[in-house]
Amino acid sequence: MSGPMTESAAVAEPFLRVSGLARYFDVSPPLLNRLLERRERLWLRAVDGVEFSIRSGETFALVGESGCGKSTVARLIVGLYKPTRGRIEVDGVDLAMVRGRAAEKPLRRRVQMIFQDPYASLNPRWRVRDIIAEPIRTHRLRAGETQVRARVDELLEQVKLAPADGGKYPHEFSGGQRQRISIARALATEPEFLVCDEPTSALDVSVQAQILNLMKELQRRLGLTLLFISHNLAVVSYMADRVGVMYLGRLVEVADVATLFTAPGHPYTRMLLDTIPDLSMSGHARQPVGGEVPNPIEPPPGCAFHPRCPFADARCRSERPEPHLQGSTLVACHGIEERRLPEALRPAPIRAIPEE
Amino acid sequence: MSGPLLAVEHLRIEFPTRRGILTAVDDLSFQIAEGEVLGVVGESGAGKSLTGAAIIGLLEPPGRIAGGQILFAGRRIDNLGREEMRRLRGKQIGAIFQDPLTSLNPLYTVGRQITETIEVHLGLDAAAARRRALDLMAEVGIPAPEQRIDHYPHQFSGGMRQRVVIALALAANPRLIIADEPTTALDVSIQAQIIALLKRLCREHRTAVMLVTHDMGVIAETADRVAVMYAGRLAELGPVRAVVKQPRHPYTVGLMGAIPAIGGPRHRLAQIDGAMPRLGTIPSGCAFHTRCPSAFEHCLRERPDLLPAGASAAACWLYAEGRA
Amino acid sequence: MTARRVLMVTESERLGAAAVASARSDGRLRRALDSDLIYSFCRSPVTVIAAVGTVLMIGSALLCPWIAPHNPFDLASLNILDATDPPAWVKGGSWSYPLGTDEQGRDMLSAILYGMRLSIAVGFAAVALAATFGVSLGLIAGFAGGWIDTLIMRIADVLLSFPAILVALLVDGVARSVLPRDQQDAIAIYVVVLAISVLPTVQFARTVRGSTLVERNREYVQAARIIGVHPALIAVRHILPNVLGPVLVIATINLALAIINEATLSFLGLGLPPTQPSLGTLIRVGQNYLFSGEWWMVLFPSATLAGLALAVNLLGDWLRDALNPKLR
Repeated sequence: MSGPMTESAAVAEPFLRVSGLARYFDVSPPLLNRLLERRERLWLRAVDGVEFSIRSGETFALVGESGCGKSTVARLIVGLYKPTRGRIEVDGVDLAMVRGRAAEKPLRRRVQMIFQDPYASLNPRWRVRDIIAEPIRTHRLRAGETQVRARVDELLEQVKLAPADGGKYPHEFSGGQRQRISIARALATEPEFLVCDEPTSALDVSVQAQILNLMKELQRRLGLTLLFISHNLAVVSYMADRVGVMYLGRLVEVADVATLFTAPGHPYTRMLLDTIPDLSMSGHARQPVGGEVPNPIEPPPGCAFHPRCPFADARCRSERPEPHLQGSTLVACHGIEERRLPEALRPAPIRAIPEE
Repeated sequence: MSGPLLAVEHLRIEFPTRRGILTAVDDLSFQIAEGEVLGVVGESGAGKSLTGAAIIGLLEPPGRIAGGQILFAGRRIDNLGREEMRRLRGKQIGAIFQDPLTSLNPLYTVGRQITETIEVHLGLDAAAARRRALDLMAEVGIPAPEQRIDHYPHQFSGGMRQRVVIALALAANPRLIIADEPTTALDVSIQAQIIALLKRLCREHRTAVMLVTHDMGVIAETADRVAVMYAGRLAELGPVRAVVKQPRHPYTVGLMGAIPAIGGPRHRLAQIDGAMPRLGTIPSGCAFHTRCPSAFEHCLRERPDLLPAGASAAACWLYAEGRA
Repeated sequence: MTARRVLMVTESERLGAAAVASARSDGRLRRALDSDLIYSFCRSPVTVIAAVGTVLMIGSALLCPWIAPHNPFDLASLNILDATDPPAWVKGGSWSYPLGTDEQGRDMLSAILYGMRLSIAVGFAAVALAATFGVSLGLIAGFAGGWIDTLIMRIADVLLSFPAILVALLVDGVARSVLPRDQQDAIAIYVVVLAISVLPTVQFARTVRGSTLVERNREYVQAARIIGVHPALIAVRHILPNVLGPVLVIATINLALAIINEATLSFLGLGLPPTQPSLGTLIRVGQNYLFSGEWWMVLFPSATLAGLALAVNLLGDWLRDALNPKLR
């Protein structure tokens, strides 16, 4: 369903378009309990109507706290889950029309994923070179073992590891190195689109910097489009071109990165930005918002954020806001639509990076 | 009371393995004054959690304190017997750990766990202990404490559970709290709340805190002084403002540069090449010299002491007499 | 969403150890000998004794045609006058029959060796059969889920509610009633193997299914799905190697149980025929002579059976502890 929320059409068709996407999980008690105790079916609305698009070559970040559904969106896009509702179009191809393994194969080549947990994302019983070679072999991208080996070595070097590392097992590597191996595996099919699910959340700060630098370099060199999932706003400000903020399965704001961080619209975005620690030690007063993320099985009526929102009124409590265009930003907030909210202009914190 | 509340002197923690002795913490010294918040920051493997465990007497074998001493209010505590340590723990030194799910016993109500600590350490009777528990729960911001006191841990959300853990830690009015990554497992918005809570309570109760974390942001918000650890040693020690805004040790400089800054340059983050050395492969001399952009030949030969550097102190030969 | 803060002590230690080990350019054999497994093995005297004992017993059982002093099945070599002779160190015995003879003049030592060979063979075969089917069923059940999983597991539940011996008796009884008399002896051994393997199959299936359920949701499996690997390949190449860990331990423990179960069946007269006596058969026959004073006919086979089962059990215990990463 389209409407007032379609974004201004980019010159080129977007590479990924997601519309009305929803995914519900059945968390009902077992059949017997439902019959005997007369309990209702319960649905977990992990993703409840999400709409956005990503242009080729850009980095789009999905930000939110736990339970907001960003990881579920990632898994819907790569095909690990089937949507309950809505459409996903990759380069014009509606994923729902793609049926059967043969039809899926070309899509699998073009879209790959990098996971959060460097320890669980590599098979502990396989050697690194086999892990990286698996996509090459599955899609028959190289003829003959020598060529496959050569490509694996090339990929290892691309992620700044040594070809000799191919013969080792994952447990011989540190977390950061394992993420490099994951990246090498994801790049093995020469994909155009990478979904990165919190790729650096489990890593130390200095290792994170290495991985983020590597990803930026690879994106530049290979012309990748990135969907970057994170809960860390500082990382997002560094990596993303556009940012989508999610709360309880819904997109509350979509803006380009500069606008989001200097003029956040939605009250939740403002609250999130307030939680970023102030490393410039400017003494800027922060307002920690009270309350916690509600249970996604029983979301609040109307706007999901209203219990924690300082600007909520009666309409917010009863009517769910739809995203509307405000300048170049998409916001789902009654208060903004009615121009009730004060402007939240923030000075971009300037941090003196000490000379070395 | 004169003198520091907690003094760690030349602490060494070792792990005897069949491949030799691994030194996880090597000649570590610092102090915490009454009512002060000391942040201990470092990446994984730096030894910061082990230090906290050693202070509170929860070091898991085969790890053991192999050298140095830990003094609490002037009294040595690293060599206490189990019974004495148990009495010290809870009454004088409280603890907050990372995972609120496993810090609380799932089989007992929250109220029972808090009142148990109060009864044991403060000697109050059951009714008085319960009243105090209710006060504590209100203080840490748990809504409707009269109902929630009889709930079980699984009935609380993550943030609420961590508040209960804080209440538990403060129950017997300890003078020092060891907080090991208290907010890492929580959402960012809850983190902010818990940090604010911890700061306020510790100020009101005049409790000192040793805040162990890998998150520099939390340190910047909460700590008075910060100790930066690297490979089991102290790299830098100083007031938080000085260390965060003008880090001296090249490792701290690299660490601060690696944190993405909002509004900062977007083409490249300052990165430190390589990784923290594993136990058993720590380089000679200065542990950081293999990754340090400013290393010179003295760094390979001799391990630096903590030398004064501006407003803080850094274990780096760059700050020796006669150098820049 | 939460970052994984592994208990850094053991992680660093293991990584440090691995770093040290790989820094020395070693061959694979050297590294295998150096591994934690071998180390813990050498440190436990009980385990070493158990292992040595097991190896000796299995070895002598396999080599019995060459090392047994007599062939107890060669009817021509039997001397009825030597029947019920006591062991060598008792008055009336001789060293040509070190452990005495049974009621037909067969040498006890040789009979025990041949019997042990049969017991071990049946035990191994039963466990191997159970493992093959059990692991396959468990993998299929865990990976496919849905009604296949439910069906397999309900059958497993029903089977588990019977004692092992009862199931074996059932299979044995059915076989006897179905098969013609003259063939019964020939295929008795296969029937016994089948009967004993039923319950271990279920045990393997349940364990592997549990592990499969866990591994199925791991990120490396998701990555394989995203790559587009065929589900069958995912099950066999990715999941199977990661669920085989407990299988070895269960196999060893079940070996001891299988040997005892076979002995029980033979003792009850339902297992192997008297022409191929296993340890159980020997015990059954020897039992009749216990109170008439020929104690050696029941004692030595019993002791051998107990020793074999104990040794295999201890080995299984050590293996379980050694392979458990949490105890290391």
